[in-house]
Amino acid sequence: MPKQIRLTTPLSNEDIENLKIGDKVLLNGVLFTGRDAAHKRLFDLIKKGEDLPIDLKGQVIYYVGPTPAKPGKPIGSAGPTTSYRMDPFAPTLIGLGLKGMIGKGNRSQEVIESMKKYKAVYFGATGGAGALIAKRIKKATVVAYEDLGPEAIRRLEVEDFPVTVVNDCNGGDLYKEGIKRFAIE
Amino acid sequence: MIREISTKEIIRTVKDLCIDANYNLGNDVLLAFDKAIENERSEIGREVLKELKENARIAREEKSPICQDCGLAVVFIEIGQDVHIIDGDLTEAINEGVRQGYKDGYLRKSACNPFTRKNTGDNTPAIIHTEIVPGSKITITFAPKGGGAENMSRVTMLTPAAGLEGIEEFVINRIMESGSNPCPPTIIGIGIGGTFERSAILAKRAILREIGDRNPDESMAKIEEDLLAKINKLGIGPMGYGGSTTSLDVFIETEPCHIASLPLAVNIQCHAARHKEAVI
Repeated sequence: MPKQIRLTTPLSNEDIENLKIGDKVLLNGVLFTGRDAAHKRLFDLIKKGEDLPIDLKGQVIYYVGPTPAKPGKPIGSAGPTTSYRMDPFAPTLIGLGLKGMIGKGNRSQEVIESMKKYKAVYFGATGGAGALIAKRIKKATVVAYEDLGPEAIRRLEVEDFPVTVVNDCNGGDLYKEGIKRFAIE
Repeated sequence: MIREISTKEIIRTVKDLCIDANYNLGNDVLLAFDKAIENERSEIGREVLKELKENARIAREEKSPICQDCGLAVVFIEIGQDVHIIDGDLTEAINEGVRQGYKDGYLRKSACNPFTRKNTGDNTPAIIHTEIVPGSKITITFAPKGGGAENMSRVTMLTPAAGLEGIEEFVINRIMESGSNPCPPTIIGIGIGGTFERSAILAKRAILREIGDRNPDESMAKIEEDLLAKINKLGIGPMGYGGSTTSLDVFIETEPCHIASLPLAVNIQCHAARHKEAVI
C-alpha cells in the first residue's frame, strides 16, 4: 500500500512540507468548492481590492460541481473536475494563503512555481468516482454565489476524503514521475 | 406498412435512458476494470482501478450518478423509414425526455450559452444525430458526454501522404498531450475519412462500441490493437499517476474521403463510458 497520511484542515506549512508525491492523504475538516465561474468571481473581487466571501488562509479548494443532492443526502455525486482551467487564477489564491487544491489533471508551470514559493500542494482525487467520493462528504452548505448552481462555493465537511499528492511543495510531479517510471520504449 | 409511434413513447424512452446511462456503467467496462486490476503494473494505478470499480457498484446500488459530470446529452436516433411519428415534434420530444431525465434523476445540468456561460437549466438542447434506416422501428442510443475528455478531443485534416504513420503519430501525440486530463483509462474513438464533420461523428460513433469489439475489417482491427498496445506503453496510467493502463480500447471507424483529404478525428472517452440503447 502507498503511504497513508491523515490530515485535518486548515493545513500548516509543516503539514505541507511533509507531503511527497504519491502519498495517499485522507483529508478531514472543511473543504471549499470552486470551479470555473466561482474562480472568475473571486479573481474579479481581488482585482478590485474587495473582500472575498471566504478566508483562504490554510484552506483547501476542491474543484467540483456536484450533482443535485437527493432528498436526505448532503450532496450528490462529487468527483473532481479538470484543474487546468483554474490555472490562471490559482497563483493569486495561493499567494493569499491557499494551501491545497484538489482536482484532476496537469497544472501549469506558474501554479507549480507558486506552490513551491508559498508552500502549497496539489492533490488529485479520482476523476469519475463521484458516487464513491460523495460518501466522504458529511455536510455541504452554499456559502457564496448560489446563483451559479453546481458552480456555487460550498463549504464541505469531510471525513477521510481520499486524495493523492500530485504536486508537492518541492516541485515534485507525480504525473511526470509516473510516466518516467512506467513508460516502455 | 406505416407504423405510428407517439412522441410520448419517445419522451419516456429518452428519460429512462438518461437515468439508466448515468447510474449504471456497462458490463463491458466493469469487466475491463477487472482485467486491468490484474494486469496493471503500478500499485497506485491498481488502487485507482479498484476505486472505479467500487464507485460503479455504489452508483448502481444507490441509484446515483457514476460521475458528477452527467454530460451533454448526445442522442443517436435511427428512424425506420416506415415509421410515422405522431403527437408532436420529434426534436422537442427528445429534449423533453432529456429535461425530465435530468430533473427526476438528480443529474447535473451542464449545458450553457457559449459566451454568457448562462446554464440553460435543463441540460437541453440535446445533441441529436439522426439517421433514416430501413424498417419500422426507432433505435435510440443515449451517450452522456463529459467535458473533461471531450475537451481533449481533436479533428485534423492530414494530407493523403501522411498515411497510417501520420494517423498513428497524431493519435499518440494527442493521448500524450492529454495526459491525466481526460480521466484515464480512456476509450479512444477514431474517425478516419468522410469530411471534416463526418470524421468527428464517426469518432463519436466509435466510442459507442463495446470494449473488445473489433472492427470487422481485419486490417483495421489490427491497427486498433497495435494502437492500443502503443498507447499503453506511454506510461500515463490510471488517472495519469503512472502505469500500464492508459486506455481500455481503441475503436476505428472509416469512410471514403476526398482524393485531396485525409480527415482524422480523435474523440476521447473517459472511463465513465456511459451509453445505453433502446428500441421502440
